Amino acid sequence: MLVVDDLHASIGGTEVLHGLTLEVPDGEVHAVMGPNGSGKSTLAYVLAGRDPYQVTAGRVLYDGADLLAMTPEERAAAGVFLGFQHPVEIPGVPTMYFLRTALNAQRRSRGEEELGPVEFLALVDAKRRLVDMDRTLLDRAVNDGFSGGERKRNEILQMLMLEPRLAVLDETDSGLDIDALRVIAAGVSSLRAPNRSAVLITHHQRLLEHLIPDRVHVLAGGRIVRSGGADLAAELEAHGYAGLDDPGVEAFPVSTATAR
Amino acid sequence: MSAARAELAELAGREYAYGFSTDLDTDFAPRGLSEEVIRLISAKKGEPDWLLDWRLGAYRHWRTLAEPTWQNVTYPPIDYDDIIYYAAPKKKAALSSMDEVDPELRAMFDKLGISLAEQERLSGVAVDAVVDSVSVATTFQARLAEAGVIFCSFSAAVRDHPELVRAYLGSVVPYRDNFFAALNSAVFTDGSFCYVPKGVRCPMELSTYFRINAAGTGQFERTLIVAERGASVSYLEGCTAPMRDEHQLHAAVVELVAMEDATIKYSTVQNWYPGDAEGRGGVYNFVTKRGRAAGARSKISWTQVETGSAITWKYPGVVLQGDGSVGEFYSVAVSAGHQQADTGTKMIHIGKDTRSTIVSKAISTGHGQNTYRGLVKMLRSATGARNHTRCDSLLIGGDCGAHTFPYIEVKHPSAQVEHEATTSKVSDDQLFYARQRGIGEEEATSMIVNGFCREVFRELPMEFAVEAQRLLSVSLEGAVG
Repeated sequence: MLVVDDLHASIGGTEVLHGLTLEVPDGEVHAVMGPNGSGKSTLAYVLAGRDPYQVTAGRVLYDGADLLAMTPEERAAAGVFLGFQHPVEIPGVPTMYFLRTALNAQRRSRGEEELGPVEFLALVDAKRRLVDMDRTLLDRAVNDGFSGGERKRNEILQMLMLEPRLAVLDETDSGLDIDALRVIAAGVSSLRAPNRSAVLITHHQRLLEHLIPDRVHVLAGGRIVRSGGADLAAELEAHGYAGLDDPGVEAFPVSTATAR
Repeated sequence: MSAARAELAELAGREYAYGFSTDLDTDFAPRGLSEEVIRLISAKKGEPDWLLDWRLGAYRHWRTLAEPTWQNVTYPPIDYDDIIYYAAPKKKAALSSMDEVDPELRAMFDKLGISLAEQERLSGVAVDAVVDSVSVATTFQARLAEAGVIFCSFSAAVRDHPELVRAYLGSVVPYRDNFFAALNSAVFTDGSFCYVPKGVRCPMELSTYFRINAAGTGQFERTLIVAERGASVSYLEGCTAPMRDEHQLHAAVVELVAMEDATIKYSTVQNWYPGDAEGRGGVYNFVTKRGRAAGARSKISWTQVETGSAITWKYPGVVLQGDGSVGEFYSVAVSAGHQQADTGTKMIHIGKDTRSTIVSKAISTGHGQNTYRGLVKMLRSATGARNHTRCDSLLIGGDCGAHTFPYIEVKHPSAQVEHEATTSKVSDDQLFYARQRGIGEEEATSMIVNGFCREVFRELPMEFAVEAQRLLSVSLEGAVG
């Protein structure tokens, strides 16, 4: 599904990713964990095609195609979804309208029929129940005056509507209470399928208690410094990230790191 | 990205969609302005002496005035002796039905997407179409007459209802008001007239389409709407012009009078030719529009969507004379390319407990310059008067500008005036968010801008709201990237 190979990326002339390598096979959910400033959000933005982030070396293949050559909207239509850490407000644009415009833009670009209003309403109503989102929020402008939790639910709702093949969720769990966490975990789980994958970018292990990943990667100092199974998350939570951003250390036991 | 950019550049170069001109056999007055030309216009229209005298009075006053220069726009001096002040499609005579309209003219309206016949059949909107300076067809007169509503061309009103015209002409915008109002009063050639009698709710939306067609002509139309006690009417105007290299002057006057408990809603979608990408050509839209909320609890509401014209200079205002009367102004003004807009409103509070609301949304892109200029004046008599003003400016790109000049004069201590203003940009965050969801850059920009304008669009009648959104999208094509 996704192959990131020796990716170097910078913003404002400062390199943030220093040769990141990551592979996410079809049907798997991977967690990328790491301390603040390790390059987690940069990875998310580079995958989605955000402008000021410059890729200086390396490549990213999505289903074998060069992802970096595609515009953000082409990536979206091809099935790449980014759940934003800070979802953006768009005053005056009703959420319902935004969702329908997005869904139909993607369908058009894939050569599919647009969804009519009746089918769309039925679909959106079913999905918003899954994320326990109030109907009235959909008539309000996109994220305008939404609480933190409402914004995150709105991200998950959009993900469920768009049914991406690769969902990249950037700190979607941050600042949420336990109920909201469960909703998000359920949302991601409901999309699990042999032809879909997800990358959960997170600072904490909490989300991973509700959503067991197939693999966990530790991102530190702009590189993946360690990879393991689901139990690696618990290990990190117990011992912290200390020492992990030392670029000289390729992979080492977390216990050693904390002992330093 | 480069493919998308190229596409945007192509879109930006797209031509003005209404830029055709129609080969109508046109009857011209000689170029330039003099008492003789005014006498000629008046004679061609078979006007009574009082109206000719009024025109001449306006002309003599105009001669004493200098063109105003305080507006925040720049343009080369206008040679008023190089304008044709009267251009009428020939074959006009009196038309009694749509079938008598010149087929060329009807074809032109079809191109504009306002087939009069179709309007008549389907939409329930009564249309008066003014080409160059003469009103060519008014639909639906029979049904309106049944309700007692008079809706006709200005010339017809002068002929058939001279007492009404004489009572109200210049009663809201006297010819001494300003340079362009004086010019219009001297040379106006046609326009629309509407009179809604006591207690009548006008049974349909009334609509006028204005079109400048002939080259080198000015358009000086006049609109007068009177709503008697308890009456209500909703009136829409739309405007287009062909593409011409030289500038065309449009100096209209609109007067509204609302008696006790009457309501007038006046909506404009203005799409005059804005000039080309280098700023050549385009219409100078120098217009005076004012309503007099004369009676207690009367209400006058202006809604305007200004996407066209090289220069727009207009301040539709309300004189709030009746106690408890209400004035509203909702505006979207777009300055793209080299367009300049200096627009806003005047709310003059005279009566007690009068209320006014101003919502202005200015959008600047390309090299566009957009100025909001508004006056809120509360006289000594305006006990308990209230105003709320909200001015939002949206900038797209780095070469455009937004300016706000609010003037507030309050002479009564119990009056309340609130002014809010914001300036924002279509942010990269918003654009990226929408694009990440699969919405292309053009569509995303248009969606964000439409969201910005939503408060104003929802004041428009449904069919106009759709047209306004479409126009906005067209004028913003190529605005990003």
